[in-house]
Amino acid sequence: MDWRTVVTRLFGACHAIAADGEFLGGMAVFEGTALAVVGTTNHAAVGVDLALRQARAVLATIAEHPGRPLLLLVDTQGQALRRRDELLGIHRAMAHLGCCLDLARRRGHPVVGLVYDQALSGGFITSGLMADVCHALPEAEIRVMRVPARVTKLPEDLLESLSRTNPVFAPGVANYVAMGGVRSLWGDDLAAGLRAALADRDTADRRAEEGARRGGRRAAADVIRRVLEA
Amino acid sequence: MHSFAEMSARERLAALVDAGSFHEWLPPSERVTSPHLAQLGVPAAFDDGVAIGRATLAGRAVFVAAQEGGFMGGGVGEVHGAKLVGLLRRALRDRPDAVLVLAESGGVRLHEANAGLIAVSEVMRALLDVRAAGIATVMLIGGANGCFGGMGIVARCADTVVMSDIARHAMSGPEVIESAHGAGEFDSRDRALVWRTTGGKHRWLCGDCDVLVDDDAAAFRDAAIAALDAQRPLTLEALQQESALLQARADLDDDNADAFVLWSRLGVPDARAVPDLDADALRPLRPAAVAALARGGA
Amino acid sequence: METLHFAFDGGTAPAPFAPTLVGVVASGNLEVLVEPSPDTGCRIDVDTSARGFGAVWEAVLRDFHERHGIAGLSIAIHDMGATPAVVSLRLDQVIAAIQGVTP
Repeated sequence: MDWRTVVTRLFGACHAIAADGEFLGGMAVFEGTALAVVGTTNHAAVGVDLALRQARAVLATIAEHPGRPLLLLVDTQGQALRRRDELLGIHRAMAHLGCCLDLARRRGHPVVGLVYDQALSGGFITSGLMADVCHALPEAEIRVMRVPARVTKLPEDLLESLSRTNPVFAPGVANYVAMGGVRSLWGDDLAAGLRAALADRDTADRRAEEGARRGGRRAAADVIRRVLEA
Repeated sequence: MHSFAEMSARERLAALVDAGSFHEWLPPSERVTSPHLAQLGVPAAFDDGVAIGRATLAGRAVFVAAQEGGFMGGGVGEVHGAKLVGLLRRALRDRPDAVLVLAESGGVRLHEANAGLIAVSEVMRALLDVRAAGIATVMLIGGANGCFGGMGIVARCADTVVMSDIARHAMSGPEVIESAHGAGEFDSRDRALVWRTTGGKHRWLCGDCDVLVDDDAAAFRDAAIAALDAQRPLTLEALQQESALLQARADLDDDNADAFVLWSRLGVPDARAVPDLDADALRPLRPAAVAALARGGA
Repeated sequence: METLHFAFDGGTAPAPFAPTLVGVVASGNLEVLVEPSPDTGCRIDVDTSARGFGAVWEAVLRDFHERHGIAGLSIAIHDMGATPAVVSLRLDQVIAAIQGVTP
């Protein structure tokens, strides 16, 4: 879904959100509450510049609007694959963005993630996956990378057949929900989805528990518990 | 000198902590292995590629994790990630002086795809909780495979990153970049280029790592001991400073220049000589401005 | 991947030892976990990435058992294509380790 459609369906005309290149930012008023919106569009490849741009927007919200909820609008093809970005420490810029989102949470800002189109790999790790909770649109695409068969040297058809019984292997937003990575898929009433997300003030990371409860990721929660009890 | 890079994860761990002090949680005999690899026809590892537990370091209580780069490239799968999360959450409860991770990883274990991706994120959040609690978090990067992908991001969320001059810390490997955009973008066979773009010397000169050591287990141990008291709280001010620092550096290379050029612009004298210098010779060449910012002005 | 099971009779039980691991599941390498077993003889379970080498494993493992003559062992192996020489090396290493380890 195009970001303008998402924004209009959520906020109507009550927003000042704009795209500047692949950076999305601004604020909106949702049912009387001012929100900061930060994100990317156009399946952005996140390099150092775009990671830093988003980080600055998060820090500005913390500095200027204490407690204001942050809505992350995620549409990324993952990290930029460029020598320059590696040279300049894209891993560090992405860590920095993640740390900024984490600080926002610690300072009492609700941080809600919404994958409205694509979310891959590093681009997702430091956006939606660092929100208090991440949601997605049903038509969103979430995956680790484009050609796992080539890199893992596993046969395409094996991966295909396994993915029918094991959500771990195949891309698909429903798999991420089953595994606890995504809390919910928002239906046509996007406002209802956002309303529910903002009402949930639990900031603990419950994804392993949810993965176990939903059955898509059974081992993680148990291993965590075993380490705590060892 | 004992090459840290040539040691296995368990050998590094034994060399790092006080002799005989390591007590492992979920040891190999408990067979806490990947529930997914058998379906893919891949042998499991009894520890799923990471050994975790408690130990002492210079007599002080620490928690440790050592990733085995030889197993699936050190990739983080469901169980591997959960062991790290469990260790970090236990640290919040038991309050050791530090959590030390001997990080060697390609990032998300692609064989476990989605589980690995979510796991990396859980590790990141748990690590930041530990850091926020004032417990020192230390990453020791010295393996031949380096620290890449999601683990590359996680590692830079720690208070202290220690690197050897031969290690690498980055996001995407050179082959992936060459695959996407050609050898002209990044020639993966040009090792000198690869190391000056992502290696320990470069990271040291730019301030991306906090400590530079030789490829030597004793040097890593000494650095870890020093890091026990090197907490750097993530305040708003600290993050604003980090933003400014990273942007200023990005602006220094707005013309897609090579590392040699970037180093010169940062103020490193005789950039061309850097690849031939060892850690001791290189350490004092880190530009004063970089050093000042690296330790919050101290 | 292939899973193989072997059992060899005879031998002398070692002094008590804690479960011990040597090796790494890396390309051309293997990990070997040895634990005490209440049974006589020596039991060895192998998960190997390379299929069709059952006879080679049998020969290497029988040779190992005859070389050390130890009973009461339960050995589990995860192999990623190690050569017979490397397999024998790891087995010798794990025996050396349990003979030096106090429980």
